[in-house]
Amino acid sequence: MNKTIHRRQFLGTTLATGAVATAAGIGLIRPQLAFADNVPGWPAKAFDAKVLKEAMSNAIGKTQVAVSPKVKLTAPTIAENGGAVPVTIEIDSPMTTDDYIAAVYLFVDHNPTPLASQFTFTPACGQAYIQERIKMAKTDNVRVVAKTNKGELMASAPREVKVTIGGCGG
Amino acid sequence: MSNNIGNPMIRMASSAKKGEIIEVRSLIMNPMTTGLMKDKAGKLIPAHFIQTVNVTFNNKPLLDIDWSTAVSANPYLAFKLRAESSGTLKMVWKDNTGGIWSADSKLTVA
Repeated sequence: MNKTIHRRQFLGTTLATGAVATAAGIGLIRPQLAFADNVPGWPAKAFDAKVLKEAMSNAIGKTQVAVSPKVKLTAPTIAENGGAVPVTIEIDSPMTTDDYIAAVYLFVDHNPTPLASQFTFTPACGQAYIQERIKMAKTDNVRVVAKTNKGELMASAPREVKVTIGGCGG
Repeated sequence: MSNNIGNPMIRMASSAKKGEIIEVRSLIMNPMTTGLMKDKAGKLIPAHFIQTVNVTFNNKPLLDIDWSTAVSANPYLAFKLRAESSGTLKMVWKDNTGGIWSADSKLTVA
């Protein structure tokens, strides 16, 4: 009995792989770049979305999230260089195994792809805190959505950053 | 810029009191190009960016990060860690062209 199952699983896997290879061969699946391939597990669907609603929907399954004072987003009011805008994210949470921030999503409303970063925390972090630098194409809103380990969503108030020189020029 | 790539760095305290929350700061060289910009000859510069950063402490997952091309060149990242036991913090960065870099830093908890 065991053997039969194994053989079936093996056949199924082989057939599926074959189908994908054929599809790629005849151009059904478009390779992004000849030399580039996404890192396994990287959420391409959420990152590839071109508008905020689609990016939010793909990342968190919702397009609107209630603002909570627990989600703090710090960014400059005016950024001379849109190529490196410092942002600090801090979420008020006990970060215990029963009650912690599991994920945080950072969006820039009108960037060519609005989802900028996604963070998956564990209680061992002690604090849901991130600081990084992002690119902004123009004066725009930055916003953060946090998800607790129980699946509750809460958002920061959108923070407007005035950009003097866009970070995606050319 | 492309010949200046990798070179990951971690800065954090080497010792801490048990239960103390410490800040970890990191930096790596990467062009983080979007694939939307053109060079001077009008040719599209391909996307080249770090997509994931995985942080572990004593081989246990601590923090996982997924980045888009909206993260600035030579990405800086700071986060927190609750010092519970002595051990090694390890970070692994992976980009969309197969580049993988890692760095680690030791922590002694008194």
